[in-house]
Amino acid sequence: MTQIAEPGERAAPGFAGTAAERRPRTRRKFNIQSILGTTPMIATAVGVFIICIIFSIIWSFTNSKLFPNFNFIGLQQYERLWRTDRWIISVQNLFVFGVLSLGVSMVFGYLLAVFMDQRIKQEDLFRSIFLYPFAMSLVVTGLVWQWMFDPNLGIQSAVRQLGWTNFEFAPLVKQETALYGLVLGGLWNGVGVTMAIMLAGLRGVDSEIWKAAKVDGIPTWKTYLFIVLPMMKGAIATAFILQCTGVVKVFDIVIAMTQGGPGVSTQMPAVYVIQHITDRVNVGQGMAAATMMLVPVMVLIAVQYLLRWNANRKAGRA
Amino acid sequence: MTTEAISSGLSAGALSGPRGPKPKSLTIGRIGVYAFLILSALFFLMPLWVMIVTSLKTMPEIREGHLFNWPALLTFDPWLKAWDTACTGRDCNGLKPGFWNSVKITALSVPVSIVIAMINGYALSFWKYKGSEFLFGVLVFGAFVPYQVVIYPLIIGLSKVGLFATLPGIVIVHTIFGMPILTLLYRNFFASLPIELFKAGRVDGAGFWGIFFRIMLPMSVPITIVAIILQVTGIWNDFLFGTVFAGRENMPMTVQLNNIVTTTTGIREYNVNMAATILTAAVPLVVYFISGKWFVRGIAAGAVKG
Repeated sequence: MTQIAEPGERAAPGFAGTAAERRPRTRRKFNIQSILGTTPMIATAVGVFIICIIFSIIWSFTNSKLFPNFNFIGLQQYERLWRTDRWIISVQNLFVFGVLSLGVSMVFGYLLAVFMDQRIKQEDLFRSIFLYPFAMSLVVTGLVWQWMFDPNLGIQSAVRQLGWTNFEFAPLVKQETALYGLVLGGLWNGVGVTMAIMLAGLRGVDSEIWKAAKVDGIPTWKTYLFIVLPMMKGAIATAFILQCTGVVKVFDIVIAMTQGGPGVSTQMPAVYVIQHITDRVNVGQGMAAATMMLVPVMVLIAVQYLLRWNANRKAGRA
Repeated sequence: MTTEAISSGLSAGALSGPRGPKPKSLTIGRIGVYAFLILSALFFLMPLWVMIVTSLKTMPEIREGHLFNWPALLTFDPWLKAWDTACTGRDCNGLKPGFWNSVKITALSVPVSIVIAMINGYALSFWKYKGSEFLFGVLVFGAFVPYQVVIYPLIIGLSKVGLFATLPGIVIVHTIFGMPILTLLYRNFFASLPIELFKAGRVDGAGFWGIFFRIMLPMSVPITIVAIILQVTGIWNDFLFGTVFAGRENMPMTVQLNNIVTTTTGIREYNVNMAATILTAAVPLVVYFISGKWFVRGIAAGAVKG
């Protein structure tokens, strides 16, 4: 029986299994079918997620224009990148967009989940309503909100017709506010997911906790905020990571809603990269920008690795 | 149980005595809860309402404003136009070519990506080989990599083998980018199955494929439903890969929708635009409303364990 391949980390869900959890290695039977069956995975992992990324990085050091070449020019593309206002504004926009989207999504999502948790009637109906936008494409989201934000025929004019003639709500026409319009559209699409994950987290909290809090006479809101919330680290982390990856990739909604404008007020790094490899035919510059987009991901992975290494070291000492 | 609910129970008891199944009265707390939920629901429903009423109005009525009003003069022409004759540049074939392209792309990409991920997950759970964990790690890393970092080399690679801007090309791209999350989904599912199932298969002399087809495949129906929902909505809603990899011949519906709406020639017909938008959103919405709780489970499965 020991000859059979041993699924070492069966108990540890996901990829977060620590080395300490791993069982001692058993000698595995070499299975050619397993390798054949996973050929597409080998090709994707090595061919796409390793080799393609290496090529992106290599081309970022060249002066490639329409087609890639290997005329290395050192760090010039990066120097140019960080001197380009369009890029710097993209990064700033992404930061503002990310912080706002994440912050509001987490708070609003948790609030919705808490209110959904009050033994309300029609819970399924409410859940469907909060979550349906997520089923729709971000292009659809962008186009609908663009229409509702229309300065002459959208929400602004509808409210003015009701009598509030000074009412202003057309964020997309002004450089200072366009980004907030984008945030609102994105939130409409994604808050339901945060709510669903948080609600699952809330339901997963031991009911004994609630009984204990009740016996101690702690008010409900305090229990939610100071006792239950810290207990749902898993759900929070999940919602957070999901939103984070969505934020870095933000592209569709920008194209559909603002095309980066007015001016460059809603320009984003992902849009910058695509524009440079298509319309602007400057592959070297686009690849430098793409490589920069990889940096936050690498930092996150390094942090996680360090944390795990540290935890293992502590576990080793204990 | 919350204090609002408790106090509502108490006050109801004080007023009418503990009769009836569940004594309930509207305390301020309960009203607050429902007010918050209903206001939020209105926020989420508003765009859908606006989309529907706008798509049923005539252009003169739209120019009068009144964004939220039900159309005075009901018309279905915008829907016909959006489907059949709306223009993108010089082509005036409406959304229908995009719809059929999306059907083709989705119908091919979903089964291919799922079968591959299923085998990956199975191999990673029961048939690890030297380096398989490393490959899985790379794949998980791939789930977090912004697409922009790999897109250009992928364009070059696919052009080299003549698959850039073709139907097989876009199917391959969807398979590649769906693989991390789907493989994770299946690996976690197979890893949660009792090992005895696998051992019993081994004792009976079944090999890699035997155990896969006779034991694992029949057991993975529920997780496959989740995977199908994830992939159908994900691929149908894709915009970036459609723009870059599909080419003019296979342009998916989302790309065509965006072209129709942002086309600058002629006057903007908002009713046609909104009808086109609803038509594009229709397929994933139908999937969502049919699948109900499976959809939520899909999000949770794709994310919680990640």
